[in-house]
Amino acid sequence: MAISPENEHPVKAFGWAARDSSGHLSPFKFSRRATGEKDVNFKILYCGICHSDLHSAKNEWGITSYPIVPGHEIVGVVTEVGSKVTKFKVGDKVGVGCLVGSCHSCANCKDDLENYCPKMILTYGAKYYDGTTTYGGYSDIMVSDEYFVIKIPDNLPLDGGAPLLCAGITVYSPLKYYGLDKTGMHLGVVGLGGLGHMAVKFAKAMGLKVTVISTSPNKKKEAMEHLGADGFLISRNTEEIQSAMGTMDGIIDTVSAVHALLPLIGLLKTNGKLVIVGAPEKPHELPAMPLLMGRKIVGGSCIGGIKETQEMIDFAAKHNIVADIEVIPMDYVNTAMERLLKADVKYRFVIDIANSLKPF
Amino acid sequence: MAKSPDQEHPRKAFGWAARDKSGLLSPFHFSRRENGDEDVTIKILFCGVCHSDLHTAKNEWGFTNYPVVPGHEMVGTVMKVGSHVKKFKVGERVGVGVIVGSCKKCESCQQDLENYCPQTIFTYNSYYTDGTKTYGGYSDMIVVDERYVLRFPDNLPSEGGAPLLCAGITVYSPMKYYGMTEPGKHLGVAGLGGLGHVAVKMGKAFGLKVTVISSSPKKEAEAIERLGADSFLVTSEPAKMKAALGTMDFIIDTVSAVHPLFPLLGLLKLNGKLVTVGLPDKPLELPIFPLVLGRKLVGGSDIGGMKETQEMLDFCAKHGITADVEVIRMDYITTAMERLAKSDVRYRFVIDVANSLPQ
Repeated sequence: MAISPENEHPVKAFGWAARDSSGHLSPFKFSRRATGEKDVNFKILYCGICHSDLHSAKNEWGITSYPIVPGHEIVGVVTEVGSKVTKFKVGDKVGVGCLVGSCHSCANCKDDLENYCPKMILTYGAKYYDGTTTYGGYSDIMVSDEYFVIKIPDNLPLDGGAPLLCAGITVYSPLKYYGLDKTGMHLGVVGLGGLGHMAVKFAKAMGLKVTVISTSPNKKKEAMEHLGADGFLISRNTEEIQSAMGTMDGIIDTVSAVHALLPLIGLLKTNGKLVIVGAPEKPHELPAMPLLMGRKIVGGSCIGGIKETQEMIDFAAKHNIVADIEVIPMDYVNTAMERLLKADVKYRFVIDIANSLKPF
Repeated sequence: MAKSPDQEHPRKAFGWAARDKSGLLSPFHFSRRENGDEDVTIKILFCGVCHSDLHTAKNEWGFTNYPVVPGHEMVGTVMKVGSHVKKFKVGERVGVGVIVGSCKKCESCQQDLENYCPQTIFTYNSYYTDGTKTYGGYSDMIVVDERYVLRFPDNLPSEGGAPLLCAGITVYSPMKYYGMTEPGKHLGVAGLGGLGHVAVKMGKAFGLKVTVISSSPKKEAEAIERLGADSFLVTSEPAKMKAALGTMDFIIDTVSAVHPLFPLLGLLKLNGKLVTVGLPDKPLELPIFPLVLGRKLVGGSDIGGMKETQEMLDFCAKHGITADVEVIRMDYITTAMERLAKSDVRYRFVIDVANSLPQ
């Protein structure tokens, strides 16, 4: 007979979980493992709400096992370290993102690409090495192998820094991999949400010209005055799109719904790159001729490895880049999810765990 | 009132043209321009039959202006050179491929990428700088600006070399651009036709391991024993497809019909590249999860610039790479097109123009 989540491990933990595909979250008692020799135990202060949390809570990808405690943009303060931990000490500000484990022996792990390891272990909803379920950051404490813990520099605010651990790395990694990080290049960003607004900030810090492509005209002022975008195109305005044809070196597409790729491919210069980081459940339609006639590519990217995540955090700290957030108490989370579904947030909810997650 | 094709220009020319979307070709009298200062006049000896010729003859892409004289894989002899021509002399063997003009000023042209110039002029079914229609290589002679003429290396046979001018460059260019030239890497070639068989030969010359990916098992012996492929994968054999998951660094996809990309994407390793050079007339379905979870990409490529086309011909001459051809007479063309539509050719028809097109 399976052990209940509360009794699975020796350390009591408390969080909020979804129990079925309604996705409705409610208080949940569970437990964390004792701090192993390579583990870091930290008190969670903040956790960002990623759209993936919503997809998972509602089982939209079809792979959720309930109950599920979401949250993979987790920041806090170290309270205990194992005897073999070298990189962290009690009191350090740290974070954990989407991964808490990988095989460490495959070619991808050896290339610091744990995010592409076939045996990677996700922060929530996955099976850890010991066979138990992983629970995420909508909770009071976290225990993680030091390898997967990120050091948060002192000057990076914890609340605005939390979303970097997923949204930030998800756009930073492809900007580097696809070579869209050179001063003077022109980058398009499709979708101005959690990922999109981070892409604008990173690209501006790298010296690129940035054009936001969006379905919502009411985001224009914000994009240009507050986020620093150089241009803004309404995707349904065919004249605006026409006038920008063949002007972009790359486009980061953060939109998770199915949408037309043809106009985006048209916006690219010859050799241009359309990089998809949003993950719709259905395929897109890909017209081959426009791809051929400009030697263009459509590529994907999935978060980033641990080394690159640390590099991204350090870059963000250096350039004072944080997410634009709305801090909420834990019990607002269901309303937040409803608003997130309607993209009614500028641009990430962050749960103030330390001040609002109370055990019942 | 527009002049008739045979009176448009001063030099009489003769070829075979399609006049409507039946795509049926028949004798056609037309004319070519006078040889200008930068032009080369070429007597056409051979012309390859590219699947694009068939698509265009039948207006399958929707932009054919009839009558159309197809043919963009031609080899011939120089008959005349203009006063400013430096690269060629009378009597030399030369080739003309898919392009006969471009703007020469844009960034693409300046980077020797005339194939990506927004004002590329195609060898047939385009409009030249003087506003007249371009006619292709199913004809007795052609006049071309020297920039778009290729020197044919001495040891490259005309019949087997002609298809390189389109099929060859179409696979060579992406193999270079997408980095498929590192010895030891694993290349998949989807589709074994005009483009695919040349990709296998070039892949082997680059030192790659090559796997042919096909919908039918019947080409296996041929692919391995004659073309030199290392292995052969049939897309309808699930166990073998599963065993091959995540094993390829790149795939050149030459298939021109609509087909699923998902199985091909699965064959790629992390960071793998699927390059499509076939031109289906409808969009393909692009599943996003394989791209995202494996940081894979789908890219396109479209023939190549003049400099690279010359480089490709020289590479083929050096490595003894030619297309496998079936030489035909001009009047066989209708049957050849029917057979081509059923992929019943190993692997390119080449028209013996000089010996079968009456002057």
